[in-house]
Amino acid sequence: MKALVWHGKEDIRCDTVSDPEIEDARDAIIKVTSCAICGSDLHLFHNYIPAMKPGDIIGHEMMGEVVDVGPSAKGALKKGDRIVVPFTIFCGECDQCKRGNFSVCERSNRNKEMADKVFGHTTAGLFGYTHLTGGYPGGQAEYLRVPLADKTHIKVPDSLTDEQVLFLGDIFPTGWQAAVHCEIEPTDTVAIWGCGPVGQMAIRSAVLLGAMQVVAIDRIPERLSMAEAGGAITINFDTESVVERLNDLTSGKGPDKCIDAVGLESHVSMGQPDTLLDRAKQMTMLESDRPHVLREMIYVCRPGGIISIAGVYGGLVDKIPMGPAMNKSLTFRMGQTHVNRWTDDLVRRIDEGQIDPSFVITHTAKLEDGPEMYKVFRNKQDGCIKVVLKP
Amino acid sequence: MSFIANATRYEDSPEIISTGPSSLSSTDRLARNLGWFSIGLGLAEMFAARSISRAIGMEGSENLIRAFGAREVASGMLTLSVERKAGLYSRVAGDALDLAVLSTAVKDDNPKRGNAAIALAMVAGVTLLDVAAALGTRQQRLRDEDDIRDYSDRSGFPKGVNAARTQAERDNREPEPEVKALPRPQTGGAEHRL
Ligand SMILES: NC(=O)c1ccc[n+]([C@@H]2O[C@H](COP(=O)([O-])OP(=O)(O)OC[C@H]3O[C@@H](n4cnc5c(N)ncnc54)[C@H](O)[C@@H]3O)[C@@H](O)[C@H]2O)c1
Ligand SMILES: [Zn+2]
Ligand SMILES: [Zn+2]
Repeated sequence: MKALVWHGKEDIRCDTVSDPEIEDARDAIIKVTSCAICGSDLHLFHNYIPAMKPGDIIGHEMMGEVVDVGPSAKGALKKGDRIVVPFTIFCGECDQCKRGNFSVCERSNRNKEMADKVFGHTTAGLFGYTHLTGGYPGGQAEYLRVPLADKTHIKVPDSLTDEQVLFLGDIFPTGWQAAVHCEIEPTDTVAIWGCGPVGQMAIRSAVLLGAMQVVAIDRIPERLSMAEAGGAITINFDTESVVERLNDLTSGKGPDKCIDAVGLESHVSMGQPDTLLDRAKQMTMLESDRPHVLREMIYVCRPGGIISIAGVYGGLVDKIPMGPAMNKSLTFRMGQTHVNRWTDDLVRRIDEGQIDPSFVITHTAKLEDGPEMYKVFRNKQDGCIKVVLKP
Repeated sequence: MSFIANATRYEDSPEIISTGPSSLSSTDRLARNLGWFSIGLGLAEMFAARSISRAIGMEGSENLIRAFGAREVASGMLTLSVERKAGLYSRVAGDALDLAVLSTAVKDDNPKRGNAAIALAMVAGVTLLDVAAALGTRQQRLRDEDDIRDYSDRSGFPKGVNAARTQAERDNREPEPEVKALPRPQTGGAEHRL
């Protein structure tokens, strides 16, 4: 089959690889009908996430049709079922799964020993991601083996198109969880850094959850226009002072809730001198991530507020103003998304027409064009916000 | 190269049968080679400054050569990074400095002016490559600022933004999704190969 394979930094190829097979009784194989490129894939593209190996199939946002089912998954799935695959693989039986903490499932990471050493305790297995999370082959491919498939799936109604439901596997619940973590109250101003696909979903989620005012921050004009369409007030951090504008919009009090939808690759520019220092430190391995957004959020957040982090961080960060954070009584919430915790609610909201996540798709291409689309998405060319690939 | 990838696989992982076109363009590869070249040359300048200065008849300029070496290493690292464009621009600027300094060594009273001239010609050649890579990279990453898309019609709310804003009020009496969607505990739990 064809699949997008990681060969090294900025080197992704559409290779022909062997087809996946059922390896465990709980496995299923799907024929991928749609998959997408995520901001997290860019972190891999740039080799910022450690423990990728050349030859790894990437991709963790995918859906398709079940073509083969292992004996133990037969009760839950059958050939022909149409499913979205959550990017977090989970067993449904461990303590964490019983709590709904699916992204920290204790059993789904087949590289548990390594993860235990690096993280202290393992987290869940993830598709198409680092070997720290199991190194499972990803879904930017024609076929995908889904481990623990009796649990690791989302059944979707036939009345909804691929484009409407594909993002249930990652970015929609990610934006949603980021907003739920904010415990939004009707008087709240929610500020969201980053208007990429995750930021766009977080904006819509904060609106649906009843925020009085949603403010979105980015520098890419077309992304800001999409943010505004979703009901946000926008700040272009290239041309405006983020802190001043946020204070102006909140009578000087600062946003009650702050969402980071940027992560470890904060834009590097003279306007944010700390990012130049971070970039230099990254290059000399003194720091792995660029936490400009965290610093800005802690500084501007209203005391007693919540900092909700959806953007991915990989390792170590410097100069986090812990003093202000502690003294301002800030609450931090973060994590890879517990995708299936939100599924029922979000499927219903799509079905009822409250939201249609397909609004974010700007590009649809063949799988073979994947390597090219990685560059278009990374370079933010041609108005690109979200790429869907059709194997 | 696919055999290297195959050698590091899990035994149950897909095997690469044939490899397709890469996202790395020829410009990217040129830039990468220039990055490594920059680091190699920089290290030589830093640690063999004395023999280099002798070879081109610039005795007494060892510290200048070492400083140039450090600069080469820094631009090399930047050129190998995601900020390739900045790295290549810094290389072009560095080339200009090198050319200026070397041209002072190509004069009649320098017995090694022959060597200095060869070095000058080499730097001039590399400069052309640097300029080509820098322009190519700039072109590849260019965003067309005259063609900014307007997505103001993409609210994502089929019933409109205003209906979305009042959704939470309507939801208020419904149970918290966090509690509602919790999975039912399962029994059994055999070990499975993942
Ligand atoms: N927690 C999860 O489970 C989860 C799931 C999916 C994605 N993510 C992460 O979410 C993040 C965003 O993903 P995406 O797909 O939207 O990526 P993206 O790269 O398309 O978007 C990032 C956006 O942030 C903007 N940005 C950069 N620096 C900024 C700054 N200083 N202030 C404000 N905006 C800034 C960029 O211009 C860009 O538009 C990534 O880190 C991704 O890995 C997390
Ligand atoms: Zn993702
Ligand atoms: Zn589990």
